[in-house]
Amino acid sequence: MFLGLEYNTRVVLLGTTFLGCACGLLGVYLLLRRRALLGDAISHATLPGVALAFLWTAAQDAEKSLSVILMGAAVSGTLGGLTVLALRHAGKIREDAALGIVLSVFFGAGVALVKIGQHVGGQASGLDRFIYGRAAAMTSESVWLNGAAALFIVLVVLSLGKELKLLCFDQQLARSQGWPVVLLDLLLMVLVVAVTVVGLQAVGLLMIIALQVTPAASSRFWTHKLSLMLIISAMIGAISCAGGTLLSAEVDKLPSGATIVLLACGAFAISFVFGTERGVWWQFARQRRLRHQQDQQHLLRVACEYLECRSELPEAIENRSSSPVPLGDLAKQRDWSLAYLRRLCKRLQSSGVVVLGADRTIQLTPRGLTLARQVVRYHRLLEHYMVTSAEALAGQADREADYLEHGLLPEHLAELEGLLDAQSLLPPSPHPLKLTPPLSEESLPDKI
Amino acid sequence: MSSENVLENFSGELPLVVRDVTVAYQRKPVLWNVSLEIPTGKLVGLVGPNGAGKSTLLKAIVDMVPRISGEIRVFGKAFRRNRKRIAYVPQRESVDWDFPATVLDVVLMGTYGELGWFARVGAKQRMAAMDALRRMEIEHLAARQISQLSGGQQQRTFLARALVQTADLYLMDEPFAAVDASTEKAIVTLMRELQRLEKTIVVVHHDLHTVPEYFDYLVLLNMRLVAAGPTKQVFTQKNLQKTYGGKLTLLEEIGEAMRLREGGV
Repeated sequence: MFLGLEYNTRVVLLGTTFLGCACGLLGVYLLLRRRALLGDAISHATLPGVALAFLWTAAQDAEKSLSVILMGAAVSGTLGGLTVLALRHAGKIREDAALGIVLSVFFGAGVALVKIGQHVGGQASGLDRFIYGRAAAMTSESVWLNGAAALFIVLVVLSLGKELKLLCFDQQLARSQGWPVVLLDLLLMVLVVAVTVVGLQAVGLLMIIALQVTPAASSRFWTHKLSLMLIISAMIGAISCAGGTLLSAEVDKLPSGATIVLLACGAFAISFVFGTERGVWWQFARQRRLRHQQDQQHLLRVACEYLECRSELPEAIENRSSSPVPLGDLAKQRDWSLAYLRRLCKRLQSSGVVVLGADRTIQLTPRGLTLARQVVRYHRLLEHYMVTSAEALAGQADREADYLEHGLLPEHLAELEGLLDAQSLLPPSPHPLKLTPPLSEESLPDKI
Repeated sequence: MSSENVLENFSGELPLVVRDVTVAYQRKPVLWNVSLEIPTGKLVGLVGPNGAGKSTLLKAIVDMVPRISGEIRVFGKAFRRNRKRIAYVPQRESVDWDFPATVLDVVLMGTYGELGWFARVGAKQRMAAMDALRRMEIEHLAARQISQLSGGQQQRTFLARALVQTADLYLMDEPFAAVDASTEKAIVTLMRELQRLEKTIVVVHHDLHTVPEYFDYLVLLNMRLVAAGPTKQVFTQKNLQKTYGGKLTLLEEIGEAMRLREGGV
């Protein structure tokens, strides 16, 4: 497929891929330094420079005018960034207000200039490609130049990894160690300007910020490691850029900028849902698994207490198998539906803890009996602790222990055992067990 | 002879000398004419009510807030010429603990100052960091994400980071704030250990009950210096009354009026 492309397209592809890498890397630090909006203001602020340079060079040849336009973008973008910093430091204005003012004023001025250009020269329509990006319109010379610049930005960001990490995490420590915090912030700003200028032709000044923020924000859903974040973000940036470039080359009139940004947004959507660290789907699955685990423990406890109430527990331990426990009785104890209960039991059966019997009963296996007694023991140790040490009422203790027992760690257990001097394997319950034999007798008929 | 030389001769190699320091945030005075000297090897409590300027004093020492007037010397020199001998531990809440970093990453940041531009962390730094983690009894947390730490573990991480800086003067901003009992004990043990090594430790502290137990030197501050000296002499009912019995309200009001007149926000 690669070889089937025209030479020019291949070169463009290479250039934009480097651009995506640069944006992805820089974006991570921009996000961690909470400067994403500064990037937005800077990229919008390039417009008046672009428009002025365009008017200025309208009569000259294309190659020359391009370098002047890029220069104009750099100057006016830097000016915008500095205005934000100046407004914040000198004037007494909040950062968000400063950003909003600079962004809109600069962009407004740019739009006005573009309109003037259309009136005067009538050919300002060529400006569109700097606003929305049109990679296919790039000449191979400018592509090589842009690719080299993007590669340079990648190298700068990578070689300053340690300094930028410190700046983003703890600027107070950075200052006390003598790092020039203001200089590093300025450098970050200069890099944003550079990446904006580099991306002007391929992505356009309106959407370059999305290419900086989106991959970085996406990468946070996959990892808690900064090094991995950088790799993932760079990859998302590179892939969206390459994909966007290819698509816009194949499909007529498809602007590369918008395509690239849409691909990056797609990556964000996928990360948001399926990201292994923070993705909502995984979070949901994790919570569900946790709830199932807890319910399995509850089930074992209820079964054990059922046997205890009917004084069948010692016998069960001796026989290495319990008498059948009706599911209906267990479901009533915890407001479970029979269907959900059966699903829980199936899971427990597959891990060899219970055996599902005929006519809606379960039997605990030897392993199940041991586990169940352990669960009951933890629950009661906690209850006793709350009653004796926290002066909780027995009923209250039951509910709180019900919740807390799942968070018990070995060290907590050791402490509880020490405090309560609990030698017996199964301490008695501090409150009467609800599941008394008459009640279960009563409930027997409805499961025939 | 310039005034700087006089001051240098006068202070010798004392870990910390503060002379007539005044700090204001936008005309609102926070510290007024504070002067004090801290002798070597002391465990110093910096105590005063909220808004007394304790944190500001620490920040003024490490040049993080501009001072209107006054001089500060650490081991006889300006801070910027002597950075490596000072380790500053900011308040725990001053950073974002959701930052993508492990405990080891954070502790390694303590070595960045020594490393300088572009240099990478190597085996030597890593060993120093693990050693510091061991001293704070959190080596088992080295690979843990900092977002998973309890308050006490966060504070231990910060202190381990300060330890790898191998400084002679430690400035700690409220290390005891909202930590569990065992962490508090570990911090005290650490401070005593540092003291045995002839290090000087200045600690912003809130709990008056523990002052005589923890510190052998005390600075009482309430915008102005109330008293400074060995705890036994300074920790008196009278001094505490002076420190906590109402702030310098008149000065504060005048400062506020100035600020408004000059158009501050």
